[in-house]
Amino acid sequence: MVVWKDLLVERRSKETLNALFFFGLLLLFVFQFALGPDRDRLAGTLPGLLWLGFILSGLLGLGRTFVVERENDCWEGLLLAPGDKSAIYVGKLAGNLLLMLVIEAILLMLFGFFFNLDLAGALPGLAVVVALGTVALAAVGTLFAAMTAQVRARELLFPVLLLPVEAPVLLATVKATEAVLLGETLGSVAHWLKLLAAADVVYVAVGVLTFDFVLEA
Amino acid sequence: MRRLLGGLTLAGLVAGLVMAFGVAPREATQGNVQRIMYLHVPSVWVAYLAFGVVLVASVVYLVRRAEAADRLAHASAEVGVLFTGITIATGSIWGKPTWGTWWTWDARLTTVSILFVMYLGYLLLRGMIEDRERGARFAAVLGIVAAFNIPLVHFSVLWWRTLHQPPSLMKPGSAAMPDVIKYALFVNSAAFTLLYVYFLTRRARVLRLEAEADA
Repeated sequence: MVVWKDLLVERRSKETLNALFFFGLLLLFVFQFALGPDRDRLAGTLPGLLWLGFILSGLLGLGRTFVVERENDCWEGLLLAPGDKSAIYVGKLAGNLLLMLVIEAILLMLFGFFFNLDLAGALPGLAVVVALGTVALAAVGTLFAAMTAQVRARELLFPVLLLPVEAPVLLATVKATEAVLLGETLGSVAHWLKLLAAADVVYVAVGVLTFDFVLEA
Repeated sequence: MRRLLGGLTLAGLVAGLVMAFGVAPREATQGNVQRIMYLHVPSVWVAYLAFGVVLVASVVYLVRRAEAADRLAHASAEVGVLFTGITIATGSIWGKPTWGTWWTWDARLTTVSILFVMYLGYLLLRGMIEDRERGARFAAVLGIVAAFNIPLVHFSVLWWRTLHQPPSLMKPGSAAMPDVIKYALFVNSAAFTLLYVYFLTRRARVLRLEAEADA
């Protein structure tokens, strides 16, 4: 139900999606300006840049998870909602996941376009890595967004809490993406995929179990 | 009781210094620089111990809502961050003459520095929430997330790269370390553990007094 409501709001307003799309485009420009037009150097740093783009747009998108509730004074509505609070978490997580995956797909296409990449061959492998990494990002992000929504200086606190926790996810996804883009099979990065899967399970489980305590009056 | 603990800690630290500088031999290849290990290894042990205590105290707080558990988690995180800092600083001082660089993105260096920023974030979160009860709840959730993240950090960084010498202690079959050095390490680790408990109880007491003063 929460997913439905958030998706409806997002479909009607499209504010987050539009802004994030534009932000992703700007990131691409900035990366190219910062590194110069040398194609070889850009290619070497591509997996890192790609995930930097995902994480930065994720930070902005995830940080807004509970903005609608806070600005429209619906926080109490969430708190008073009958049933298990973890359902709210799962709903918000699903909404975030969908939003991030859309943004990432768009970013990926833009990267392919600007960096003159042929992504078609690597796409299935890439999709697995991106999906696993995004679940880990969104799971912790949704939990922390709920925590920081009620705190002053939340725009500052949210990334400061999220980035260190996501460090292993970033390491794993960048390494796995690098291998996939070089045309290696998923089997060669099985250990990274297992780590990501473990991270997904741990983060979602901890999120579901502790969300009750975050959403207390 | 507090006096006794303080006295014991002091005695332990003095004994540790004597072991490190008097009893333990000068290492053949590294020279006196190696002696920094007697500070480095006990510090990292205490840091991990402290973060483990944060996890346990956080869970206890969420289940029981005992404010004492919350204060224990808070105090333990502070002491843990302090000793993580000491670990990084001593490692850096040792790394310069031994590896030729202050800093390198070696596996365990990276792990420890990620833990450092993770728990710094934890303390930051605590500092930013005025409402005591809410701060305690959120910090407990973060304390649990961070603790479960430690193994993930460990393995990801390990596969990412490794340069650090393999652990020389607690590894069956490969104990190339003379007994004297092991005893010196043990005495220092025990002394640092006492120091940790001493810091922890003092800090938790200060936090309790602060809470009482506010109430």
